[in-house]
Amino acid sequence: MKNHKKVYVYKGFERFWHWNQSLLIFLLALTGFEIHSSYTLFGFETAVDIHNKAAWGFIILIVFAIFWHVTTGEWKQYIPTTKNLRSQAEFYLFGIFRNSPHPTQKTLISKLNPLQRLVYLGLKILIIPVMVASGLLYMFYRYPQDSQIALINIDSLELIALFHTFGAFVLMAFVVVHLYLITTGHTITSNLKAMITGWEELEDEGESTTAKNKESHEN
Amino acid sequence: MSVPMKKFTTPITFLLAIVAPLLIVTIVLRQPRADHQLIETLREKYPVQHKQGADHGQMEILQQDFSNPHEITAACLSCHNERGHELLQSPHFTWEREAYIPGRGITYLGKKNLINNFCTGVQSNEGSCMKCHAGFGWDDKEFDFSNQFNIDCMVCHDNTGTYKKASGAAGYPEMGPDGPDFKAILASMGRPTSENCGNCHFGGGGGNNVKHGDLELALLTAGRNVDVHMGVDGVNMDCVDCHTAENHVMKGKYYGVSSSAAGRLSCDECHTTMPHNKSILNEHSIKVACQTCHIPVYAKVNPTKMYWDWSTATRKKEGKGYEVLDSAGNILYVSMKGDFLWEKDVVPEYMWFNGTADHHLLTDKIEPGTTMLKINTLNGEYRDRNSKIIPVKVHRGRQPYDTENMTIVQAKLWDKEAGKGALWVDLDWESSLVAGMTYVNLPYSGKYDFIPTEMYLPVNHMVSPASEVVSCKECHTRADGRLAALTDFYMPGRDRNKLLDTFGQWMLILSFAGIVVHTIIRVLSYRKRRLAKSQ
Repeated sequence: MKNHKKVYVYKGFERFWHWNQSLLIFLLALTGFEIHSSYTLFGFETAVDIHNKAAWGFIILIVFAIFWHVTTGEWKQYIPTTKNLRSQAEFYLFGIFRNSPHPTQKTLISKLNPLQRLVYLGLKILIIPVMVASGLLYMFYRYPQDSQIALINIDSLELIALFHTFGAFVLMAFVVVHLYLITTGHTITSNLKAMITGWEELEDEGESTTAKNKESHEN
Repeated sequence: MSVPMKKFTTPITFLLAIVAPLLIVTIVLRQPRADHQLIETLREKYPVQHKQGADHGQMEILQQDFSNPHEITAACLSCHNERGHELLQSPHFTWEREAYIPGRGITYLGKKNLINNFCTGVQSNEGSCMKCHAGFGWDDKEFDFSNQFNIDCMVCHDNTGTYKKASGAAGYPEMGPDGPDFKAILASMGRPTSENCGNCHFGGGGGNNVKHGDLELALLTAGRNVDVHMGVDGVNMDCVDCHTAENHVMKGKYYGVSSSAAGRLSCDECHTTMPHNKSILNEHSIKVACQTCHIPVYAKVNPTKMYWDWSTATRKKEGKGYEVLDSAGNILYVSMKGDFLWEKDVVPEYMWFNGTADHHLLTDKIEPGTTMLKINTLNGEYRDRNSKIIPVKVHRGRQPYDTENMTIVQAKLWDKEAGKGALWVDLDWESSLVAGMTYVNLPYSGKYDFIPTEMYLPVNHMVSPASEVVSCKECHTRADGRLAALTDFYMPGRDRNKLLDTFGQWMLILSFAGIVVHTIIRVLSYRKRRLAKSQ
């Protein structure tokens, strides 16, 4: 058996950021799809109120998160890699049913497996910016009117709204899959516990990746 | 940190990380206390009683027994010696305005020469129509618009409520013992009351509330629930509190007869452009007129005429004209005028409007194949920077037109005598149309039919209390919203891209399905492994 030891993986801010982000995205989605007239829940006016305020909360949180990622160097966690990408996918498709070990080892300097790196990077540089940019344009869109500033002279909300809706659907799909993948850690709850407490049992660092993993690559 | 300590601190910090932001969001979301200062100031300003600067009852020149009303005007102008010139320029007297209309150039249009969707037009009918002209004696084309003594001061300034013009008398009141008490009327002369205005503006189209739907007698007695401004249990404002005048030219206009935005009256002159506490509502006012949300329905007390079909007029029973009433006493059919439809508590239709309008003139050709003729056109669209959505009463009808010349035909409706071609006297279309077109001196082929028409009357009055405004969802809804007909822009809650929504929904459905399948395989394979282990 490999040695396991408890490691403080997720720092205080990281968890604060993660859980508030999840809360805000939940609120934004709930109210956003009401504004989209997908259902009635809070009432249109309240939904718009909550949505606009949660949006500002989200933007503030993002500013802090960017600062944190840059100053701590944690942004490097998201550098994409093709190494083990295939075996990670194969793990979720086959290995997990055979109780095979995770093909990549979670360490402090590499918390994310290659698939996570790709997906989270996509969220960070594509989906979230699309949502923030289209959201801000949505908020500051001022309709064709007299004496408006000509610099941003957008005469229709449609394109802005479509981008915003598209991003919302992608984020929701992400949340659905993300919530499920939480259960695919060492045990069903180990990932969740880690994100709540910050502590997770990891394989001792220094141990080489499993031989089995290498084999599957050579195949 | 020791392990037992951590057991306590982690759940607490976790809770704090979730609960604290929630608390902040809740606090921020609390509605700010309404700032009613502006509205309170206005509430104090307007109920002030207007006291007259002079007691006209003491003026010697007004004590004589006048033999004709022109002498009364002369008496007025002997003191108010500049006002006559003003009135000669006022649309209340000229019944036309100078306006530039793109495609037409400078025009002189107004009630004087335009057609409308109700009694069709004043030309050839002046003797009757001029009961509502602020003058005396306009009964044909020869009326002198430059004579100050043709002005009627009393119709607007009588404060007794007893002045009355005679019917069919070209704007003259009855003189002599059967006429109004001019001494009392002249003694009361003052600022126009709502009753003065209402004498004509409530009765347009031939009866109370027929034409506008938001201007009617009930405004003199109704409460705030009908009209927040004029409600007798509220601020109880007069028409001229908003419709102020400069040199006898009133602010505000009716786009059945007006064409330009000059002299238009708007709510923000009192209420400012930012009257709401919520900026998102103030923002709406860039593209949505105040009236759109604040007048959810009009004709709140009495019904208004929504449809007037002239084509069925002149039917007779036993050689005579007849009428059909509904149970409420509204006329549904009358041989003089045709078929009517009435509605009460009407939800307005909505249109873009930039304050300029065009009109279908008697000389304009009707395009072949026209299925519905616009008597007036309210200009505007989403992309037009001056356009806002306004509530509109759309009055529909059918009017006679010349099938050869393809023009609207002016009908002669009224005359004192039979045999002069007046439809209302003779009940005969042929002679009515010939007489009308001869009067306006325009060609008429003698062949006529009726064409469906629409006229657009902006709704500005009967503003409801704030508690009854149109709610967000009445427009921001996918089906049958109030703005469903305005399709030239994207509105959240109403519009969506169906393809994108379908794509999004399938993405979510497939994600769920994938998870379910994955879970099932996981559980089955786990069971299989456990079974294998135990054997």
